[in-house]
Amino acid sequence: MTSRNLNFKHRVAVVGAGLTLFRRRLQETPQELAWLAAKQALEEAGLTLKDIDCVVIGSAPDAFDGVHMKGEYLAEGAGGIGKPVVRVFVGGATGVFVPIAAWWHVASGLCKRVLAVAEEKMSHAAKPHPQYVFRYIWDPIVEKPLNPNLLWIFAMEMHRYMYKCGVKKEDIALVSVKNKRNACGHPSAQLCDPNIKVEDVLNSEVLVWPVQRLDVSPVSDGAAAVVLASEEEARRITDTPVWIKGIGWTLDTTHWTNRDLAFPEYVRRAAEMAYRMAGIDNPRKQIDVAEPYDPFDYKELHHMEGLGLARKCEAPILTREGVTQRDGDLPINPSGGLLGVGNPIAAAGLMKVAEIFWQIRGEAGARQVKKPVYTGLAQAWGDLMQAGTVVVMGI
Amino acid sequence: MTKPRNPRGTPYEEAAFPVFEFPVVGKARYEYTTGQALGRFLAGLREGKILGTVCKKCGRVFVPPRIYCSYCFREVDEWVEASHEGTVVTVVASYIEATRARAAEPKIVGVIKLDVPGFSFDDHFFPGLLHYICGASDEDVKSMKLFGARVRARFKPPEERKGSITDIECFEVVRP
Repeated sequence: MTSRNLNFKHRVAVVGAGLTLFRRRLQETPQELAWLAAKQALEEAGLTLKDIDCVVIGSAPDAFDGVHMKGEYLAEGAGGIGKPVVRVFVGGATGVFVPIAAWWHVASGLCKRVLAVAEEKMSHAAKPHPQYVFRYIWDPIVEKPLNPNLLWIFAMEMHRYMYKCGVKKEDIALVSVKNKRNACGHPSAQLCDPNIKVEDVLNSEVLVWPVQRLDVSPVSDGAAAVVLASEEEARRITDTPVWIKGIGWTLDTTHWTNRDLAFPEYVRRAAEMAYRMAGIDNPRKQIDVAEPYDPFDYKELHHMEGLGLARKCEAPILTREGVTQRDGDLPINPSGGLLGVGNPIAAAGLMKVAEIFWQIRGEAGARQVKKPVYTGLAQAWGDLMQAGTVVVMGI
Repeated sequence: MTKPRNPRGTPYEEAAFPVFEFPVVGKARYEYTTGQALGRFLAGLREGKILGTVCKKCGRVFVPPRIYCSYCFREVDEWVEASHEGTVVTVVASYIEATRARAAEPKIVGVIKLDVPGFSFDDHFFPGLLHYICGASDEDVKSMKLFGARVRARFKPPEERKGSITDIECFEVVRP
């Protein structure tokens, strides 16, 4: 292994972020949602579209919005007309991949100011249900003929994790309770519930045991955007830039039936890459706040372990002890995460990056964590339990 | 101050003309090629065999098979026949269909780690298939009794096989 991959020309900072509401169904088109988020991010940075050199777009499967060439389509609302535009896609990991791609645009010296936009409109895939569209993810020869529902793989991963680590459903449900309560401080949130209890999760509809309805994030529409700039530009734009200190991403094989699902290797490798760049050797001590990907409650625990924020099988214990609460020693998903704010896939991942940005700047208001924040982390995951994307940010 | 400030968006119920329905895919159907490796795998199923491939460099056995070892990035060396028996590594009970509609009966599905004579496998990488588990109830899933259970492939009668993963009806529990 190389010591630290520091072969880039420019340090890169985030200088603005924007979000739409996250809702089950929003009236706005995908282009309109992209525009609302992009405009807010530019305004927060005090910039106009004229200041932007390049645009990076992220969106998950085309099948949700029901538009092929979704990147080209979204470019209209994302400020990309007449500019170099690229769309990136790694399934659910896309949202955190958007700032990674935007980072290399700036770090390489190719562009000075980049607008990065993520959008998802799951409500378009209305009939019979957005879940049905996910069948295109399965292997067409050995899996599709079994008529799978996408929840199967998560239920299998969750159950394997429960079996190997001896975790109870009650412990996992605590994550859903925490995040849905946290979401009450988020102006975009779809599923704030200040009174939710563990029993509500355990009594919710059983979908694919061990997954119940309140273990899983909702179907959502929404968009998010951030503005990235080179060091020189960032210092001109704001007194409080938030630096991207490390990035990492990896893919594991699509042949998910050949590997152990109890530990997310793809996240560990992505985190190692990001930590090496950021100079982090003890994440549990050096990361002040984290937004690991939580489309399911067990996933937050799983990803904490992959990120080295907990030892293997330790995340449920930290959660039970309150360590991961907003006022805890290691606040996890203070935004409310996908379980609370909602899950417009790519936009949800970028929402996590925006959350770390606002937490580090002390602008999260009702959601601001109690401890001082110098370094934060956002992570997403996608496809057949394969893709891991990690961004480490700090002052 | 709480960011984001006044995030915008119009909840759907408030709109006068919220959607325009259009069947994008309509009657279009895919015809997926089976490929060299899975083509032979399906032919094997029709004969009642579960086939895999071996990379002799790293010792991995691939079920479902591929023609290359994606780790050593070289062509596999040979084909092997896996046993019809294996061990359940994870298992769930599905109460919903692919469409999200409630299922009439819970369906038990899992990942089966297959035995291959002459090889042994750890938990890290193994020949494994997704399939239905039969001879077990959703209560056996919830109690976690099925983890580590021994199962055996129940093939359809030869005349009903057509070269599909569904030529195996399910993996039947032989020893809990």
